[in-house]
Amino acid sequence: METFDPAELPELLKLYYRRLFPYAQYYRWLNYGGVTKNYFQHREFSFTLKDDIYIRYQSFNNQSDLEKEMQKMNPYKIDIGAVYSHRPNQHNTVKLGAFQAQEKELVFDIDMTDYDDVRRCCSSADICSKCWTLMTMAIRIIDRALKEDFGFKHRLWVYSGRRGVHCWVCDESVRKLSSAVRSGIVEYLSLVKDNTKNDKCGPWLEWEIMLQYCFPRLDINVSKGINHLLKSPFSVHPKTGRISVPIDVQKVDQFDPFTVPTISSICRELDTISTNEGKERNEAESDIKHRTRDYKKTSLAPYIKVFEQFLENLDKSRKGELLKKSDLQKDF
Amino acid sequence: MQFSGGNRRRLRLGGDQRNACYPHSLQFYLEPPSENISLIEFESLAIDRVKLLKTVENLGVSHVKGTEQYQSKLEAEIRRLKFSFRVKNEYERRRRDHISHFILRLAYCQSEDLRRWFIQQEMDLLRFRFSILPKDKIQSFLKDSHLHFEAISYEERSLREHEIIASSTSSSASKSELELESVYKIPFADALDLFRGRKVYLEDGFAYVPLKDIVAIVLNEFRAKLSKALALTARSLPAVQSDERLQPLLNHLSHSYTGQDYSTQGNAGKISLDQIDSLSTKSFPPCMRQLHKALRENHHLRHGGRMQYGLFLKGIGLTLEQALQFWKQEFIRGKMDPDKFDKGYSYNIRHSFGKEGKRTDYTPFSCMKIILTNPPGQGDYHGCPFRHSDPELLKQKLQSYKISPDGISQILDLVKGTHYQVACQKYFEMTHNVDDCGFSLSHPNQFFFESQRILTGSKDIRKESIQPEAPQPKPSVQKNKDASSALASLNSSLEVDMEGLEDYFNE
Repeated sequence: METFDPAELPELLKLYYRRLFPYAQYYRWLNYGGVTKNYFQHREFSFTLKDDIYIRYQSFNNQSDLEKEMQKMNPYKIDIGAVYSHRPNQHNTVKLGAFQAQEKELVFDIDMTDYDDVRRCCSSADICSKCWTLMTMAIRIIDRALKEDFGFKHRLWVYSGRRGVHCWVCDESVRKLSSAVRSGIVEYLSLVKDNTKNDKCGPWLEWEIMLQYCFPRLDINVSKGINHLLKSPFSVHPKTGRISVPIDVQKVDQFDPFTVPTISSICRELDTISTNEGKERNEAESDIKHRTRDYKKTSLAPYIKVFEQFLENLDKSRKGELLKKSDLQKDF
Repeated sequence: MQFSGGNRRRLRLGGDQRNACYPHSLQFYLEPPSENISLIEFESLAIDRVKLLKTVENLGVSHVKGTEQYQSKLEAEIRRLKFSFRVKNEYERRRRDHISHFILRLAYCQSEDLRRWFIQQEMDLLRFRFSILPKDKIQSFLKDSHLHFEAISYEERSLREHEIIASSTSSSASKSELELESVYKIPFADALDLFRGRKVYLEDGFAYVPLKDIVAIVLNEFRAKLSKALALTARSLPAVQSDERLQPLLNHLSHSYTGQDYSTQGNAGKISLDQIDSLSTKSFPPCMRQLHKALRENHHLRHGGRMQYGLFLKGIGLTLEQALQFWKQEFIRGKMDPDKFDKGYSYNIRHSFGKEGKRTDYTPFSCMKIILTNPPGQGDYHGCPFRHSDPELLKQKLQSYKISPDGISQILDLVKGTHYQVACQKYFEMTHNVDDCGFSLSHPNQFFFESQRILTGSKDIRKESIQPEAPQPKPSVQKNKDASSALASLNSSLEVDMEGLEDYFNE
């Protein structure tokens, strides 16, 4: 695995945002079929630029606007926030108190450092294949609960790029949930308390130990706030260089964080391909067309496929809902 | 609602129609009433309900809600208060319940604190009523309240029986009861309090709620609806308040004292001045005890203290002559010139006995009045110690009164929960060595009266007054306790009268 040098980021990001970032799919996701007017336009993004410059309340008119801005600013990190009542980039013009966060996906953040009390192989930011098992378990437990108990259908699991995973629950009704209900869901899913009592005994001792070690540990603050900003899928991790890629939950046992492509590795792959293909490029062809072919030839491809499957399911659901609604109206 | 002045015109419905109006013994108050009632009835219904809600509050604070003791006491209190007083039938009771609730919305929508209090008591009342509703009536009540809780079929229930029972929090003994109960399927987000604590079985986004747990959800719905309704009511309030018949009533309802007024001269002359010192430690509530102590130490009290303490003394039986002597003696000890006293202070005292000016015989302040109005400043000793004293100072004071540490901590807990009068009741219980003071404290003179009852073992007949407290109106209609005086009495509240007095004397 090629090493990643953070100093190369500015150049790498330039290439990434021009040739590899999957704008079309990304926009398809956040636009949610265009069913609600201005849903994309009212979404907050935040960028972390070079030298840790952090800017909030970014918003964009459409996919091409998003592309232009990202290519212009070359963000080191991208976070996704809530859908607001007004365009976030105009929030200063709005009457005091009128600018409100209205909807957002329900998100979960599972961080390996929360397991430090039960892992001996690594600590803090480090991970290895041994302790990653804990993460695999967490994903399976949480995902089952979200699906079977709560009936959530559209769950996107994403590798955070270093030591954890995120889950984005994107069902339409879920995006509208109040902060109180979000907190309630985290409470429902939380079992492990931060105590290190070792004086338990009795018939349930084994179970207690297993639960204490393996049960998922969630950060409630990430999930409860509607305006909370979370790292975007396909964002790059500035320290590891790894791309925040979607995880195929059906094959979660085989997911290996150490094989997730880094920005330097996929850029190198891109270079190799271009060289191999020679200078056959037609200058008239648009960048977009290139891009759709480009990422497909890199190790990013399988992850984007997972993403596209997720988007397909969203589309199907949406069509189903619209049909139901129009049926009801016609019946009347 | 339309108001016809003084003219009683009630809709007369036939039996079936009446039942249709109020098919259940409790309701969600979704629709406002739409008949004509007289102002008298408006007022009396409102006061009755305030009394009821205050009882609910008191019981809710001194007992654990839902316990056997709480339930039976609340039931007894509701009957004692005769909320269905002089009511012959169930329809009448439900009608009064309906109307009085909506009247109180007008009075209690006006501030965050009032809203919170009102919602809390109404919820507790609803919880109680729901708990005594017969099981077979529950489903139809839910339906009529537009709560879309469907009971699941027997087949659906048996499929999940194991999970539902396992998720329920009941003991194994009552688990068998669960097998016979209905189970309701509701969207999980509507059962927040249940699922957050994993107290209910969730499947595919639905919570399977057994009957006994449906109450929590019903109450949540009720709270949400009432909260919204109060916000709306507040917005329409200006229109209502512009009706001058209603405005004073609504403004004072939430502050109204609805018990005995202690202005009766029945016990006048029974106290001698040299008893006051010992009475102050034995039978005075802390507010008056501290005023007396301050008066003795400083030979002076400022206006607020003179008012609060002076009227209390009148209520315990001091005559005007005694009062004049009492205050003069003390002030002179403070090197006041006797002439200055006669010129400045004695007029005040005679005024408060109704012998000067408007000749209104002022009534001693109730707890509510003391707690809510005219907070003490630097150099003042009036007010309610539980409300106005710094908790540390209060603790020291209670220690100096020789209250046990356990008692002190209970009192401080109640103070923290803003249950000032219950804290005072606790003080009563500690100083009189009783487990239960046996009354619901709402007036300093009531404290004194109850204390004397225990200490002297006497059984004085308490003059129960059904009419609300008020200064008695002008002498010309003094003895007239009919409808118009009741209305006038509420219209001219104590505050309004006191304004005249305060203007006269400035600090």
